[in-house]
Amino acid sequence: MKPVEPGAKSERGEQLPMNKQTPASIKPSDFDRLNSDWYIDKLVQTLVFIGGISAIIFIIGIFVFITKEGFGFLVGDFNFKEFFFSPNWRPTSENRATYGILALIAGTASVTGLAMLVAIPFSLGTAIFIAEFASGKTREFLKITVELLAAIPSVVWGFIGLAIMNPLIIDIFDVPVGLNVLNAGIILGLMAAPIMTSIAEDALKAVPDRYREAAEALGATRWQVIYKVVLPASKNGLLGAVLLGVGRGFGETMAVLMATGHAINIPTSVFDSVRALTATIAAELGETAVGSPHYKALFTIGISLFLITFVINLIADLVVRGVRKG
Amino acid sequence: MFEATQINKKNLTRQKVFRFLLGGMTATLIFPVVLILGTLIYKGAPVISFDFLFTNPTNGMTAGGIFPALLGTILLVLVALLASVPLGVAAAIYLSEYAPDNWFTRAINLAIINLAGVPSIVHALFGLGAFVLFFRFGTSILAASLTLAVMTLPVVIVATRESLQAVPMAFREACWNMGATRWQTIRRIVLPNAVTGILTGVILEVSRTAGETAPIMFTGAVFFLPFLPQGVFDQTMALSLHLFVVSTQVPEMPEAVPYGVALVLIGMVLLMNSASIALRMYLRGKKKW
Repeated sequence: MKPVEPGAKSERGEQLPMNKQTPASIKPSDFDRLNSDWYIDKLVQTLVFIGGISAIIFIIGIFVFITKEGFGFLVGDFNFKEFFFSPNWRPTSENRATYGILALIAGTASVTGLAMLVAIPFSLGTAIFIAEFASGKTREFLKITVELLAAIPSVVWGFIGLAIMNPLIIDIFDVPVGLNVLNAGIILGLMAAPIMTSIAEDALKAVPDRYREAAEALGATRWQVIYKVVLPASKNGLLGAVLLGVGRGFGETMAVLMATGHAINIPTSVFDSVRALTATIAAELGETAVGSPHYKALFTIGISLFLITFVINLIADLVVRGVRKG
Repeated sequence: MFEATQINKKNLTRQKVFRFLLGGMTATLIFPVVLILGTLIYKGAPVISFDFLFTNPTNGMTAGGIFPALLGTILLVLVALLASVPLGVAAAIYLSEYAPDNWFTRAINLAIINLAGVPSIVHALFGLGAFVLFFRFGTSILAASLTLAVMTLPVVIVATRESLQAVPMAFREACWNMGATRWQTIRRIVLPNAVTGILTGVILEVSRTAGETAPIMFTGAVFFLPFLPQGVFDQTMALSLHLFVVSTQVPEMPEAVPYGVALVLIGMVLLMNSASIALRMYLRGKKKW
């Protein structure tokens, strides 16, 4: 192909653009001139930055607003010893209202503990099965099923506890009330398990395949590969999954409200009815006057819930991040 | 030629045992839930009819339909989407296209994780303190929807960020080399290639929003309303709260009604999720790079 002279006609007879300008005649300012695209670009950059920081703004906003509503209680009626160590939650008592959340903490802890006892082994087992043993269509089917199970709303789980588990527990164990730690624990376990399963499965999938191939080349069986290679390599991710599951169970509201029996009680057996921190807020906030000590006490519970889940999430994040670096 | 040794045999047996055991655990986890869902369908399906879905409840909610609750849930979801989708997509664009890898970006990511992890009842307290009282929206659809929007924001952000990051870097570089600005590249190249992925996230958010109960209990949803909401400053009924009410607060409730409400709610949520999963699988099949 021969070089084309500026201003010459092309082969099809079209006039080529006159391009007689030498590079020297293009001033640097031609490139620096800011057109509307440049300003739009800057504007968009600002807008998406605002979107980016919105998550931080909301987290701070949550803390500020619940502290603002509960603050009066913290400086006024707040009695640290009573609040955390008294099992008497009697906010509506006419003589002397007491705000002790020990029984509520015990309720939340017992239900979450039982739920994790159910959910941790089963969800880790399921995650290992899906990630390491199942293949092809089975794997795809199981993954979709787990994802759909994770989507069932908590109020539906609560209803299941109320309408299906309750009579079942009364029948099987011959107890007068089926709304108790056992019921809520199972419900919460079934709720948290799919979420933990998918996070744990992600952690297992993050282990590079060459680890597995190297172990298999040495003659290890599939189980030896899992036990000796995959699990040690992914233990931080699995721990993160467990922590997020605990946080999930701990903060669950509707299912716990409907399935625990909602009785203030320090449980001595799994057949005792209890009441959870979250459920107390959900059940009582509607009946309190804005600004009353009871109202502020409920917000103070909210502050503790916020801080505890914040710490759990922070630890989970640090633990998972640890595995990425290592 | 290769005889299995004693050790080999032992290890292979152990592998089989564990495979069976873990498979059993998977089945134990999934089977009861399938059984429960079956029960819900078995007991709830007879109630569901055209009248059940599209008429008002009567007789102190023991008879009639669930139309106001159904409509309320749709309204709440729509207003929540209007607030959270633009904000979430903007946040995801920032995180995927602009954010440098520093402590500030880590703080944003941590905030997103926390926003998803804060208990729903704490979101309810926030909604009450911020939107209902401080911004004076009152208990209204607006306040409830904004609370839901804040709560489900991480769903949109995470899904959008993932689909933006799935667009190959070479696409952007090619566009920059043509002299396009960052925003031109994002609008003409990155977003069109990621839009289906963003859509899966939005559908997932719809499903999450529709099922939430606690955040709307004190911010805008009410047990019973004799008329339909006229605007965003009205209160509304909602399907999730309706299920809570008919199963706990109404005495002499016919047994089948709560099953019907639960079935409608769970059907809605699972349908949305299935749509999102189907879209994702279609997208994976179509992907050329």
